[in-house]
Amino acid sequence: MDNKEKDFVLLKGNEVIAKAAIRYGYDGFFGYPITPQSEVLETLAADKPWETTGMVVLQAESELASINMLYGAGCTGKLVFTSSSSPGVALMQEGISYMSACEIPGVIVSVGRGGPGLGTIQPGQADYHQAVYGGGNGDYRTIVLAPNSVQEMGDCMGKAAKLTFKWRVPVIVLSDGMIGQMMEKVELPPFTPRRTEEEIGQQCPWATNGIGLKHRKYNFMSSLEFDPQTMEDRNQKMADKYRQIEAEEVDYELYKVNEDTEYLIVAYGISSRVSMKAVDLLCEAGVKIGMLRPKTLWPFPNKAISQLSERIKSILCVEQCEGQMINDVRLATEGQATVYHSGRSGGMVSSPTDVVEDFKRMARENLSKNWPKGYWMK
Amino acid sequence: MTEEIIISGFGGQGVLSMGKILAYAGIMEDKQVSWMPAYGPEQRGGTANVTVIVSDDMISSPIVSHYDTAIVLNQPSLEKFEPQVKPGGTIIYDGHSIIQPPKRDDIYIYRIDAMEEAARTGNSKVFNMLVLGGFLKVRPIATVEDVVRGLHKALPERHHKLIPMNEEAIRRGMKIIRKMN
Repeated sequence: MDNKEKDFVLLKGNEVIAKAAIRYGYDGFFGYPITPQSEVLETLAADKPWETTGMVVLQAESELASINMLYGAGCTGKLVFTSSSSPGVALMQEGISYMSACEIPGVIVSVGRGGPGLGTIQPGQADYHQAVYGGGNGDYRTIVLAPNSVQEMGDCMGKAAKLTFKWRVPVIVLSDGMIGQMMEKVELPPFTPRRTEEEIGQQCPWATNGIGLKHRKYNFMSSLEFDPQTMEDRNQKMADKYRQIEAEEVDYELYKVNEDTEYLIVAYGISSRVSMKAVDLLCEAGVKIGMLRPKTLWPFPNKAISQLSERIKSILCVEQCEGQMINDVRLATEGQATVYHSGRSGGMVSSPTDVVEDFKRMARENLSKNWPKGYWMK
Repeated sequence: MTEEIIISGFGGQGVLSMGKILAYAGIMEDKQVSWMPAYGPEQRGGTANVTVIVSDDMISSPIVSHYDTAIVLNQPSLEKFEPQVKPGGTIIYDGHSIIQPPKRDDIYIYRIDAMEEAARTGNSKVFNMLVLGGFLKVRPIATVEDVVRGLHKALPERHHKLIPMNEEAIRRGMKIIRKMN
């Protein structure tokens, strides 16, 4: 079909989050505005899904309220999400831990900005630890999806909806201010109707919604457990589930990686877009370099990185922070390749030439003995 | 074809919407587009800029350090972006807003007196469309028809009655742009 006939629209990443959620049949949104993700709530308010699909949109009084509304609505088996940016997501950590403890589905969109503290409102990727390792207490993990385009922002809302119910773990969509604020050509998904009460009753027998009480016992949700043995049993059951997620849900993408690849860039989100151009520039200059982009940050593509690091010289980990994902990349290499950091922080974002310069520095350091002069330059 | 453009000026000059309309026109031409604003607490009178990339191929980085074309609508923008234009690239500036014009001799320099034209016709709102017309004259990456179709898509229906006025401004902008070197 001719593209001109397709319904392509020009939208911001944040706007697509909202529009895609409506179309994927989400039942509710609870959130509090914060730059750079306020367009999510704004778009929902403008599109009024409560008049069409029946989706609930509620501006809560704070991020604490939002996450606990998510917790409550999630308990009933409804598909719900919230969105915020770095300091707002920091406030949500307790709720995410409680949701994990009760194995409650819910989607949290995190549009990162420069930190720590209130930081800046410019784009940042310093919330990798916050999303992947969590700021809440206890033995829990959350699936983390990392979109790198406006189109993927929407796609991730569909993927997150599936994963959060499949595994009964909260799913975090970790984006950044740049993907949230930039506009690209997008094809929106078709409308999926929201699940009916009967469907929820069939699909979520664990939910505390009163559906089917004639045929089952009361469901009870609590993260509090007085008996340590029972608590350990619950933790072990969750850990088994996490191992299964690690085995089944890893997703990543390779760019210009082939048998001859000597150097690797690992980057996600906006950094992967910037790095893609840096890879193009370096390849043009004759460098054998490719990129691995994790599309899921947890589970992390450990195996793929481990296998690649057997045969490559070194890895450049590009992220817009002072180095967080780099630790996971280092672990994944199992000591087989040296990993270097590239990136800016506090709201500054690398340009492709910054990445190229960092690559040159890495290559000089790594291969000072036998680096052929002018190898990367035409 | 890939055209990497920076549009920069004061907030309120219509910099971001000009970029958006250009991106929509790119979509109408079946191209890939990206629109990346420098967002922040900018208001009318502050600085605003947007990077627009229009390409036949997939766009990798929405951020670039060098541009094919810089459209500069105030002096600080010129000073910031003149060194970042690729050799052989283009600068378009508004004659009224720029006191010290660009000096480089390895780029094409164009002047458009859009501010004056807008004041003369008593319609300051079409300033950005005059500039857009000038740009499309020297870098014909989309036709006026594409822009008009893009406007129909970009604007809510209640504003469609303003499209002919904008189209006229684009065509006028094409006439008043002048080559300076």
